[in-house]
Amino acid sequence: MSTCPDIPGADSPYRALPISDHVYWVGAVDWALRDFHGYATERGTTYNAFLILADKVTLIDTVKRPFADEMFARIASVIDPAKIDVIVSDHSEMDHSGCLPDVLARAPHAALYASPNGVKALTDHFHLAHPILAVKDGEQIDLGNMALTCLETRMLHWPDSMVSYLDADRILFTNDAFGMHYATAERFADDLDPAILYHEAKNYFANILTPYAGLVLKVLDRLQGLALPMDIIAPDHGPLWREDTESILGWYTEWAEQCPTTKALIVYDTMWGSTEKMARALAEGLAAGGAQPKLIPLSGSHRSDVALELLDAGALLVGSPTLNNNLFPTVADVLYYLKGLRKQNLIGLAFGSCGWGGEAVTQVQELLTAMKVEQVVDPLKIKYVPTGDVLARCVALGTQIAETLRARTQEHNDAEV
Amino acid sequence: MQKYECPLCGYIYDPTLGDPGNGIIPGTPFAELAGSWSCPDCGADKEDFEPAE
Repeated sequence: MSTCPDIPGADSPYRALPISDHVYWVGAVDWALRDFHGYATERGTTYNAFLILADKVTLIDTVKRPFADEMFARIASVIDPAKIDVIVSDHSEMDHSGCLPDVLARAPHAALYASPNGVKALTDHFHLAHPILAVKDGEQIDLGNMALTCLETRMLHWPDSMVSYLDADRILFTNDAFGMHYATAERFADDLDPAILYHEAKNYFANILTPYAGLVLKVLDRLQGLALPMDIIAPDHGPLWREDTESILGWYTEWAEQCPTTKALIVYDTMWGSTEKMARALAEGLAAGGAQPKLIPLSGSHRSDVALELLDAGALLVGSPTLNNNLFPTVADVLYYLKGLRKQNLIGLAFGSCGWGGEAVTQVQELLTAMKVEQVVDPLKIKYVPTGDVLARCVALGTQIAETLRARTQEHNDAEV
Repeated sequence: MQKYECPLCGYIYDPTLGDPGNGIIPGTPFAELAGSWSCPDCGADKEDFEPAE
């Protein structure tokens, strides 16, 4: 391990920001981040850490290690980091746990808490000599004049994930839940453009939480049942929710339910324009049948943008040329990424043009099957350049898929009433 | 013997392997695991497991 960074001096530009009576934001703003383990982050991100000035001075989470100086400077603007008594790790991923060894080096007497799974994960990350104390679901950490209640949120989105609630200031610290990758100078969501907040929160949900959507609904139910007064929801990335906690909770319900819709995503790449012609004809048919098609050419789209668009789609149509008897590389990239995200309630189609072999269309079909995408029409594979008859067939297939989508959506809406 | 899958993290309980890390010897059918047994990877409850395909 490299040496612990020096505590920055009073000339450091970084200061803590008070967010409530007892709590300061002491995180870091990563304006430059453009890739978060394969998810394109065009607006950068923040790593939020929180300092509670209770009888026992408490730090909730840390920041990604290259930003240790920034976090320590913000802490030092309020209190000597050596005076930290309690450290709570709500999530073991290194953008939040990365500075734990540095904090322990500064405050060797501090008690480090994590969920039972967090104890295992932090042990396997840092191999610390310092003991890590397990706090079980529903247990409280005594901070002297106030308490922090910990609730496990396993697999949202790691086994170790938990949220913690500070009763004194009515703040729910939610680790990655309700967060977004959005670097800003403002710390509160109500100071920012709601359209960007919606977009980036949805982007985060789509790329990180889609596989665990069912668990999101359970946690939302549990929070509703607990009826904790929440003045602030404080995630570990992006702005904090203050005036508008209801809007982010409502959005999460909407995204987690994954209800059928009539939006149809056509994701494709093309070598000599033939698979693209098929994609465009399918879109015409989908629109004629009352669906809302959206074409995503993979030559200029990132996999995480596809994941975002898929979150509220009802159909996924995938077109791939065959390159050397295999999937086109961009299509393979996106399909394997989407397979891991396990979006529910999709119908779909595999299609594409090839010169010979045509294995790609079969491979797309197999991947869609593995993703439990219901294929209501047979795959469409053609040789070389589509004729007028082929394009008419694409239009007809698009219309047929649109009709299926409308029927499914109607059926769902009728069941809801 | 039937394998069971954790719906949260994808861990597969294979009775032929057991879960030696938690004292479950190879050859233990899923049904014989204690109700308090949980997923060794993510901690999901036994009752949440589903038969693996």
